[in-house]
Amino acid sequence: MHALFPAIGEPREGAASSVPLIATRAVAKQYGAVQALVGVDFALAPGEVVGLVGHNGAGKSTLMNVLAGTVQRSSGDFRYDGAEIGAWGAREAQAGGLRCIFQELSLCGNLTATENTRIIHANLRGFGWRRRARALISAALDNIFPGHGIDPDRKVAELAIGERQMVEIARAFTQTSIPVRGVILDEPTSALGHTPTEQLLVHIRKAVAGGIACILITHRLNEILAVSDRVTVMMDGAVVADRPAAGLTRSDLVTMMGSIEAHGGTGRASAPVANGATVIDHAGRDGADRAIRARRGEIIGFAGLDGHGQRERLRAIYAATSTVPVAYVAGDRGTEGVFPLWSIADNLTIRSLKALQRGGFVVPQAARALAEQWAARLKVKAPDVDTPILSLSGGNQQKVLFARALASDAQVVLLDDPMRGVDVGTKQEVYTLLRAEADKGRSFVWYTTEMDELANCDRLYVFREGRAVEEIPGAQIDHARILEASFGGAQTGASDG
Amino acid sequence: MADIALQRRRRIAPALGTALQIGLPAATLIAMLAVIFWIRPSAMSYFGFGLLFKFAVPLMFAALAQMLVIMLGDIDLSIGSFVGFVTCVTALYLNEAPLLAVTILAAGIAVYAGVGLLIHVRQLPSIIVTLGMSFIWLGAAVTLMPGPGGAAPRWLVAFMSWKPPLVPLPVLIALVTAFVGHLVITRFSYGAVLRGAGANPRAVERAGWSVLTIRCGVYAAAGALACLAGLTLTGLTTSGDPNVAPAYTLLGVGAVILGGGAFTGGIVSPVGTVIGALTLALAGSLLSFLQVPPTWQIGAQGAILFLVLAGRVLFSEHRS
Repeated sequence: MHALFPAIGEPREGAASSVPLIATRAVAKQYGAVQALVGVDFALAPGEVVGLVGHNGAGKSTLMNVLAGTVQRSSGDFRYDGAEIGAWGAREAQAGGLRCIFQELSLCGNLTATENTRIIHANLRGFGWRRRARALISAALDNIFPGHGIDPDRKVAELAIGERQMVEIARAFTQTSIPVRGVILDEPTSALGHTPTEQLLVHIRKAVAGGIACILITHRLNEILAVSDRVTVMMDGAVVADRPAAGLTRSDLVTMMGSIEAHGGTGRASAPVANGATVIDHAGRDGADRAIRARRGEIIGFAGLDGHGQRERLRAIYAATSTVPVAYVAGDRGTEGVFPLWSIADNLTIRSLKALQRGGFVVPQAARALAEQWAARLKVKAPDVDTPILSLSGGNQQKVLFARALASDAQVVLLDDPMRGVDVGTKQEVYTLLRAEADKGRSFVWYTTEMDELANCDRLYVFREGRAVEEIPGAQIDHARILEASFGGAQTGASDG
Repeated sequence: MADIALQRRRRIAPALGTALQIGLPAATLIAMLAVIFWIRPSAMSYFGFGLLFKFAVPLMFAALAQMLVIMLGDIDLSIGSFVGFVTCVTALYLNEAPLLAVTILAAGIAVYAGVGLLIHVRQLPSIIVTLGMSFIWLGAAVTLMPGPGGAAPRWLVAFMSWKPPLVPLPVLIALVTAFVGHLVITRFSYGAVLRGAGANPRAVERAGWSVLTIRCGVYAAAGALACLAGLTLTGLTTSGDPNVAPAYTLLGVGAVILGGGAFTGGIVSPVGTVIGALTLALAGSLLSFLQVPPTWQIGAQGAILFLVLAGRVLFSEHRS
C-alpha cells in the first residue's frame, strides 16, 4: 500500500449524538435463493465515519444499496434520523440528504460534470441553472481535490477514469437546498491516484467535523484505519464485528475478516527458472522504451502510475504473441470481461471451446466438467455453474474470468489490473494459484495498480509516460525504487508520509 | 505531469467534433441547394424555398418524434404508420366532428405513452413493440379509410399555404422548431435529465428520478409530434391516406443520425435533426432537378443518405 497516511484528525470517540442518522435492525435481503443479507444491525451517527470491510460477497454493497434506497430490503426495520421508515427509495434518500457514491460509476457519460450535478439536484432548474450547477461542482472539486484540472463542461465520457471518480465524489458533496447529512462511499479510491486519495481522506475528516456522517467501504485497509472512528466487519451477509478504530491495526482487521494477513509475496521458492525458454520478447517503441521479455514460468509485473501505457503495452503484447497460446484477463469486467447474459459455465469455457469440441460441436459434458473443475479450484461462491454470472458479486465474477484464462491452453496469461476492488482473501487465493501455475511453466504478465501485489512478481517493468522506463529484478523490488522510477526519480519524497 | 499537455490537446477535439456533427449535414444541405440553384437559378427565391421545403415540414416533425425515442436509447418503427393513421383521422373527422378527431388523436398520444410504459415495465425491446404497433396503426387506419380520401379542413390547408412575410413558411417552421427543440433538449435543466436517462437510466434512477415517468412522458411527446406531422401532411396533401408516410419511419431515423444522434441513447441534437430532415427532403428534389428518372430516385436517395452517414462515421472516427 501507499506507505502511511498522515494522521488526519484524531479519530474521535463518543462523537455520536443521541439520535443516529441511520439505524437498521435485522435487515435482510434475498435475491431468489441467494441470501445477500441475513439480519444486519447497523448504526451511523452524525459526524461519524464508519469503515465497512469484508470479503467480496460479504454483502457490503447490498447493504449500501438498501441504505441508499436503490434496493428494497426484504425484511427488517430501518430508521432514518430517528423516524421509522417503510418504503425507502432513491428519491426519499435524496430528499433526506443521503448521498451514495456507488462502486460502479453512476455518472451519465454523455453529459458534462455540470449536467450530472443537475441530475442529483431537483431544484437546480430554471433560468441560470447551468451557471449555478457549474459553480457548485467546480467549488466542490476545488475544495476536495485542489489542482484537479477537470473542466466541468467536458463530457464525462471524455474524462479519464480517475477524473470521473473525482467528479462523482465531488458531486456527492455538493449541496443546494437539502443539506448533505450522510455520504456513502463504496470503493471510492479504487480508480484514484495517490494524491487524490489523500485529498479525499482529508476531506472526509473535514466533512464529518461539520456534522456529516460517512460510510467508507474500501479494500485498502490503510485508508479505513486513517479516517474511521469505527470499523464494521461483514461476513456472509451479516455484521460480525463492530469496534472503535482507535488502536486497531491492519492485521487486526484482516483477522476479523477471517482471512490470513497479507505477507509480502507468496514465497518465491528461489530464483525463478532462469533457464526457461523465452516466450515473450516484445520490442519497445524506441530507445527509451525497454523490450519486455518473459521466460517460461515467470511472473512479470507492470508497475507505475495508473494510465501510463501499461494497458496499451499489454494489448500490444497480446496482439504480437503468436507462437504460444495467450489469454487475457480483463480488469474492466463490465465492459470487456463478462458476457452478462451467460451462466458461469458459459463464461468460463468460452476461451476453451476449441479443446471442447468434436466435429464442430461443443461436447456439453466436457464443457461442464471443465467449468466445475475450475469453479471449484477458484472457490467461486455460487450454487452451481449454471448460475447467471451477474448474480455473483464482483470478486466472484473476477474469479470466473481468472478461471477462463487458467482453464484454457494459454501458456502466456496477461492480467490487466484484475484485482481492482477485490477483497484480501480472494487476492491471497489467486496469488497462490498464480504462483502454482507459474511453477507449472505458465508465464504471467501482470499489470497492477496495487503496490502490494508487485511483491508477487519475479521481475518488474516500471512505466512512465507510455514507456517501460525501468526494469527491476525480483530481489530489488521495493516501494521506494518503484516510486522513484514512476515519478522519474525526482519527487519520491512527496508521496511517502 | 504529462497528463496536462495531453489534456490540452484533447480539449480542442470535442469542440471540433461538435462543430462537425452539425456542420456536416449543414454543409451537405448547402451543397445540395447550390447544385439546385445552379441548375435552376429561379429557385433561389421566396417561392422556390417554399416549394423545395414544403414536404420537409411533416418529415421534420416525424424526425423530431423519432429523435425523442432515440434519445432514450429506443427506436420507434411505428411512426410512419401512425402518421398515416393521423392523416386519415384528420381528413375524416376534423372537419365534421372536430371533438371526435381531437379525442382520437389524444387517445393515440395516450397509446404512445402506454407503449413507453409497456417497454419500460416489461423490459421489452422497443424495436419489437413498435414494429407490432406499426401494423396496429396501419390496420386502424385502413379500417377507418381503406384508400386515399376524405378532405382536410379548410383552415389547415390555408395554414399550410400561408405566406408569411419575408421568410417562407417551411423555413419559418424549421427555424422555430429547431430553436424550441434546442431549448428544451439541449438547454433546459430537464433536458439534461432526459438525455441522462437515455445514456444511464440507473444513474438517473439513483438520483431520485422516475425513469418510468420520463419514458412515458417522452413517448407521449413523440406521439404528439407525430400528430403534428400527420396534421401538416394532411394540410399539404388535402386528404387522408393510410399508406402515405411509411417512409417517415426510416427517413426520421436517418435524419436523427445525420444530425449527430447515436443509437446508444442520450446523444441527440434537435438542430441537427431538423437540418437532417431538410437535407433528406431536399435529396428528392435534387434528383428531379438532375433529371434522374423517378424509378431510380428512391435508390439514389438511399445512396445519398448512405454517403452522408458514411461521411459522418469517417469524421467521428478521425476524432478519436
